[in-house]
Amino acid sequence: MFKIVKKRILTPVTKLFEVDAALVAKKAQPGQFVVVRVTEKGERIPLTVAATDPGRGTVTIVVQEVGKTSSMLGRLEEGQDLLDFAGPLGKPAPLLDSGHVVVVGGGFGVAPILPIAKALKSRGVKVTGIVGARTKDLLILRDELAESCGEVLVATDDGSLGTKGLVTDVLKKELIDQGVKIDQVIAIGPMVMMRAVAEATRPYNLKTLVSLDPIMVDGTGMCGACRCTVEGKTRFACVDGPIFDAHKVDFDEAVRRGKMYAAEQRVAFDRYKAEVAK
Amino acid sequence: MPIKPRTSMPTQEAEARKRNFNEVALGYREEDAIAEAARCLQCKDAPCQKGCPVGVQIKDFIKAAKTGDWAAAYDKIKETNSLPAVCGRVCPQEEQCEKLCLLGKKGQPEAIGRLERYASDMAMKRGVNVQKPGDGAPGKGRKVAIVGSGPAGLTAAGDLAKLGYSVTIFEALHASGGVLIYGIPEFRLPKAIVAEEVDLLKKLGVEVRTDVIIGRTVTVDEVFAMGYEAVFLGTGAGLPKFMGIPGENLNGIYSANEYLTRTNLMKAYRFPDYDTPIKMGKKVAVIGAGNVAMDSVRSALRHGADEAFVVYRRTEKEMTARAEEFEHAIEEGVKFHFLTNPVKFLGDETGWVKGMEVQKMELGEPDASGRARPVPIPNSNYVMECDTVVVALGTSPNPLLSSTTPGLKTKEWGGLIVEEETGKTTRDAVYAGGDAVTGSATVILAMGAGKKAAKAIHEDLQERAKKA
Repeated sequence: MFKIVKKRILTPVTKLFEVDAALVAKKAQPGQFVVVRVTEKGERIPLTVAATDPGRGTVTIVVQEVGKTSSMLGRLEEGQDLLDFAGPLGKPAPLLDSGHVVVVGGGFGVAPILPIAKALKSRGVKVTGIVGARTKDLLILRDELAESCGEVLVATDDGSLGTKGLVTDVLKKELIDQGVKIDQVIAIGPMVMMRAVAEATRPYNLKTLVSLDPIMVDGTGMCGACRCTVEGKTRFACVDGPIFDAHKVDFDEAVRRGKMYAAEQRVAFDRYKAEVAK
Repeated sequence: MPIKPRTSMPTQEAEARKRNFNEVALGYREEDAIAEAARCLQCKDAPCQKGCPVGVQIKDFIKAAKTGDWAAAYDKIKETNSLPAVCGRVCPQEEQCEKLCLLGKKGQPEAIGRLERYASDMAMKRGVNVQKPGDGAPGKGRKVAIVGSGPAGLTAAGDLAKLGYSVTIFEALHASGGVLIYGIPEFRLPKAIVAEEVDLLKKLGVEVRTDVIIGRTVTVDEVFAMGYEAVFLGTGAGLPKFMGIPGENLNGIYSANEYLTRTNLMKAYRFPDYDTPIKMGKKVAVIGAGNVAMDSVRSALRHGADEAFVVYRRTEKEMTARAEEFEHAIEEGVKFHFLTNPVKFLGDETGWVKGMEVQKMELGEPDASGRARPVPIPNSNYVMECDTVVVALGTSPNPLLSSTTPGLKTKEWGGLIVEEETGKTTRDAVYAGGDAVTGSATVILAMGAGKKAAKAIHEDLQERAKKA
């Protein structure tokens, strides 16, 4: 059992948990993930590590409530336990040692961006952040990201904060078009956002990394549920990734595979909502 | 005097069982078990025992069974076999002990596996008394780590715990049992049986730590730093093989590992009571013809498929599945398409698999495996419709451990290099056995390897103590 030592409500549907998991805390590197199970009958779901505190022996994860498992997780409180918390899994993010990296976080994707930005800063890399959300109330962890970034640019769909538009608009208009020298872009967020970033940087041949978040079962290379096509080859996101060269990822396939159980997920979520409402 | 035929074991009727996940074989009743035990000739040299990879004292356990003393029979089995209720169900006895049975020369061999199962089930029903080793046991106060809680690891753990060692099993998944729990379906091996066997090991003092991925959460070097004097790697062969043909990543195409893990470990057959879903296909194609393929195709029927079929590029003769599994599959209505090989998967407009293009094959000269090599017949392609595909072409060892453990050498295909008789790897005080060494094989071979390694670990640690 893995105790929740701290909970923070970031938005009505986005929760941050600091979890007691000493062994994982000691090992996890930026870019890696853990597999979590909430109940005995529950699914195993992958969640990217948002921070670690090896001294306290804790690992921070952020979850956005989109279905049954994430909602069950989101309702847990400080002092309660997670049934399983295994990791760290996947390869650490490949990080540059110098130059200028733009990190892009969409929605709750800002969470996994945090440790990457922090590690880059500590290596002496100049980091610029771009965060985006539908509206300003859904922007999360902006102050935390600012600690590692020279500047954090904001995009909201409704223009309630920063540029009205998408993170790609900011990336293009405020950085690329201004002639700012960028050595690498790392984008984490919804698949549509990561794909849009990939397409925005492709014409400039600007090296771009994304962190794929496919359906997984074991997370250790055993089942192949997470397979994706990168540069025409099948890769397992859990052991070969989750971070890949954005210009080489088959996003059509990734999006399609991500929806494989959409119908079943709806059934489970509806049943859950009915149970909770009782 | 003519030899009596062996006592048959009651099973669920095929028509009923193909729609439920309950165990197919129901086990002997007491009168069946007594009648079967009575057939044993009690041969002086007990040839059957030479066929058992863990050296069960078959002659003596059946001797006790003949008198109806099932407790004594169980104790005898348990002296050498840590998991008898498992072995009685999933061992390929026909190729091992029963193959060497004298009765089999003139008629049907003694049903050793069924008796082992009966003795174990009775013992578990009665409640097994576990004797913890006393303070004088040779392994007292010394720690051994086991990586992986599958058959190899559980066996090694049991043997070492009996000698008094403090044994910790590190398991990457959330439940113990390895392939016994994620791979072999409930209808062949109820998970409650596996849990009971693991519980008996815990009562013997074995500690199981789930959610620890050796190589990631903790490295082998760190395990030694934690005070463990030896490490046994029973990490299995977890990496699924795919065909590498077009369309393989369409929705609805699974590795057998995923299909079975969702079904067994995650209990997808009880969705939405359990949260993990699986595609309950109507027309399910399983590629391959080993035991895992049989488990997959029979699971597909139980998930409600109208049609579940096997596609295999060789013939019935070259199949690696146990005869009994093949027969059960046929009884349940599984269709077999031999000399047929997929070359391409076809998807519908939403990206779901809707069929596969296959090619007819013929058998040519034997290949490296000694089996006839399948050769494609030109212009023989056609399309088979299906909405779910399970690729069951075998697995290879997961490279996670070898890539994170300095000094640990593997063969080109990933199998750990070990000394055959001891399981010693190329790294000091690290031993290995089971599928991690051999590639996918059987439960009992893995158990045999776990046993050998436990013996070697014990000898080496005692030797080291003497020197110190």
